[in-house]
Amino acid sequence: MSILALHDVTYRYPRAQEPALRNVSLELDEGEFVVVAGASGSGKSTLLRAAAGLVPHFHGGEIAGSVVVDGMDTREHGPGHLAASVGSLFQDPESQVVMGTVRAEVAFPLENRGWPAAATARGVEEVALALGIGALLERPTSELSGGELQRVALAASLAGRPRMVLLDEPTSQLDPVAGDELVWLLRRLNEEWGTTVVLADHRLERCLGAADRVLAMRGGEIACDGPPRTFLEWAASEEPALQTPGARLFARAGLRPPPSGVKEARATLRAHGLLGDERADLDAPPDNRGLRGERGDERADAVPSLDTSAHRVPSPTARRRRREKGAALRFDRVWKEWRGGGVALRAASFTVAPGERVALMGRNGAGKSTLLRCAAGLDKPTRGRVHAVGRIALLLQHPGDYLIAERVGDEAPAAALEAAGLEALRERHPADLSGGERQRLALTIVLGEGEAPAAVCLDEPTRGLDRALKGELAALLRRLAAQGSAVLVATHDPEFAASFAQRVVLMGDGLPVADGPTAEVLSGGW
Amino acid sequence: MTYRRRPSPLHAARAAVGGVYCLALGTVALSTEHPLVLAAALAAVVGSSLLAGLGRELARSARFAIPFALVVALINPLVTREGLTVIARGPDLPWPGPLDITLEATAYGGVLGLRALIVFLTFGLYALAVDPDEVLRIFRRISFRSALTATRMVPVLARDARRMADAQRCRPGTQVPRMAVVRAVATGALDRAVDVAATLEVRGYGAARRPPRGRRPWSRHDLAFAASAAALVAIAVATPAAGLAPFAPYPRLEAAAGAGEWSLAGAIVVCALLPFADRRGIVR
Repeated sequence: MSILALHDVTYRYPRAQEPALRNVSLELDEGEFVVVAGASGSGKSTLLRAAAGLVPHFHGGEIAGSVVVDGMDTREHGPGHLAASVGSLFQDPESQVVMGTVRAEVAFPLENRGWPAAATARGVEEVALALGIGALLERPTSELSGGELQRVALAASLAGRPRMVLLDEPTSQLDPVAGDELVWLLRRLNEEWGTTVVLADHRLERCLGAADRVLAMRGGEIACDGPPRTFLEWAASEEPALQTPGARLFARAGLRPPPSGVKEARATLRAHGLLGDERADLDAPPDNRGLRGERGDERADAVPSLDTSAHRVPSPTARRRRREKGAALRFDRVWKEWRGGGVALRAASFTVAPGERVALMGRNGAGKSTLLRCAAGLDKPTRGRVHAVGRIALLLQHPGDYLIAERVGDEAPAAALEAAGLEALRERHPADLSGGERQRLALTIVLGEGEAPAAVCLDEPTRGLDRALKGELAALLRRLAAQGSAVLVATHDPEFAASFAQRVVLMGDGLPVADGPTAEVLSGGW
Repeated sequence: MTYRRRPSPLHAARAAVGGVYCLALGTVALSTEHPLVLAAALAAVVGSSLLAGLGRELARSARFAIPFALVVALINPLVTREGLTVIARGPDLPWPGPLDITLEATAYGGVLGLRALIVFLTFGLYALAVDPDEVLRIFRRISFRSALTATRMVPVLARDARRMADAQRCRPGTQVPRMAVVRAVATGALDRAVDVAATLEVRGYGAARRPPRGRRPWSRHDLAFAASAAALVAIAVATPAAGLAPFAPYPRLEAAAGAGEWSLAGAIVVCALLPFADRRGIVR
């Protein structure tokens, strides 16, 4: 039975020149797990908003064709009515949390459906358990981090087990482990409860393994509709930017078929006789060369065995001192303890050299954002110090927050705009810029004029960016490092980290737990 | 300036009662012009805030409220041509005439400023001590949608303002004035309102089905604050009706300050603060 049917839908936002959806027709059966792929601006979000009834009820504009959700035509039924069948989660969790506490937020959709108090309480506990947010239930929503907010908004959309869930970039603020867990939770809901899942995400490598069907959007049209393998073959020839890293690697190596997940990749490699003795690799101890422990000093086994009579090997302390002396940015046993709350940083220590590109990774709540805020002076460490040889430029998670003028030309000096390639946008209103342009403008603002900053810090800069924009950002960061600035980026995106960083510092519970070359920190493990 | 559950009798009272209590405090301020009674109302609001554990937030509100009240107080003597006691002679301007400052207009400006201060701080007390989630549930039954979106906008815009202020601190060079941040937040308020309204809708707020009415027994704090609110409203109504606490700013300042006025002021403070005396069962 069809849960969602679009018949020849064309939709144009108010004041937009081009339609966001063009002649889209599709039918989704109950119990399907559908991934919507496409570059930024291809129409993914609009498709989901049409299925939720927000298009056109909230956004206005012109619509042709019909959208029928669970037997309800969206021209007659608004989002409020559709909510009984459809749970929705959109990109910005900040604006999707409407209640004061997490418990109230998750209970809200159940109360709106008229559930009795006992059933509501049970529904809240069930979804909290499934998403691992039990500890957050009594917390005020105003105190949650971006990742926590996203989980809470997701819990609210899943509460009451809707027949279909629409998710727009639900993993954008989650760490890789939490993102994988979420996709498998959705798969479980899909398999056990028959919930139809429609998921739009840029990180296709994460969700293709769980998908039954992929819709690829291009210019507001459905360019490809088929199972993951068909999509990957289509992407290889038609839209290479949508290929997963694994599929791209296989294509370059001349291996077929392109894998939609690790299991398929392993099967293909085995079929080609390219998989060695996996058990032997797994049984071997992890290679720790180059990895540093939490105090920042290299491990004893990291030092190559050399003839000390010929080469005097400096002691770890001497090496650390030398590194600290030339550092652009140095965290020296930095603590951040919240008044009446927990501890965000616990004696975090590490250094970043001039021109070095470092990715700061770790689970949600590991202390990455707090560390960057301490570096830029937005937060003061409660103990310890941050040393910098010059100015620290910090780009926070929402580039739009930097833009307060009425025109782009008033946001930054003309020379800086020209250097960033934004001079053509000078007369535009900042609110009219695309996500990538807005981020470039915000970065131009924080970089300022004149001397390059000692360090450039970015907090989750890839949120909502497609692969092409991420590539541009990585190139920009490499250019900044080449000019002598240390680059420190907090990110949950391992592919992006691998593309720009020379070194990864892995945070855990408020301090660096691993620190080493990117290839070593990101390879292996779980 | 957002609600957070605290261990206080006012936070322990149900939102409907807390809201009516704040409304009653505001009504007292609007029902009389007598400075002594207004001073008592101010003491009641300040006392309530302190006893609700909101001292720090009250100080933050006062940073905005006092300059606003001062502006109100200063404008009146400049624009009013009434009063007999001239305390400063200004120039004779072509259109408004002689710019003389009178004692009566100055005193009445002070009364207006005091009133504005009380109303401002009372709204702050409401925002900080009355659970907006419960307010939302109350109004859901009558689907008072646009007002509720506005209620939800306060914390959303407060969060936006905090983030924007942080972002502006990251700009190199001279700091962006606070008003520019306020203006940017206000400019984006309409878009944010659409976002919040859309979220309310996709969570089923506009659905036809209404949740069953919750049967929550009245706690001692519900009863105490409801009684206090009733008493304050009675005072607000009875004071002008019975001709108590007369105040006439013009032509010559006349304000009684006898035992009746002092008793009235004392009654307002006692009625407002008495419910805070019982601190049993204030932690949820």
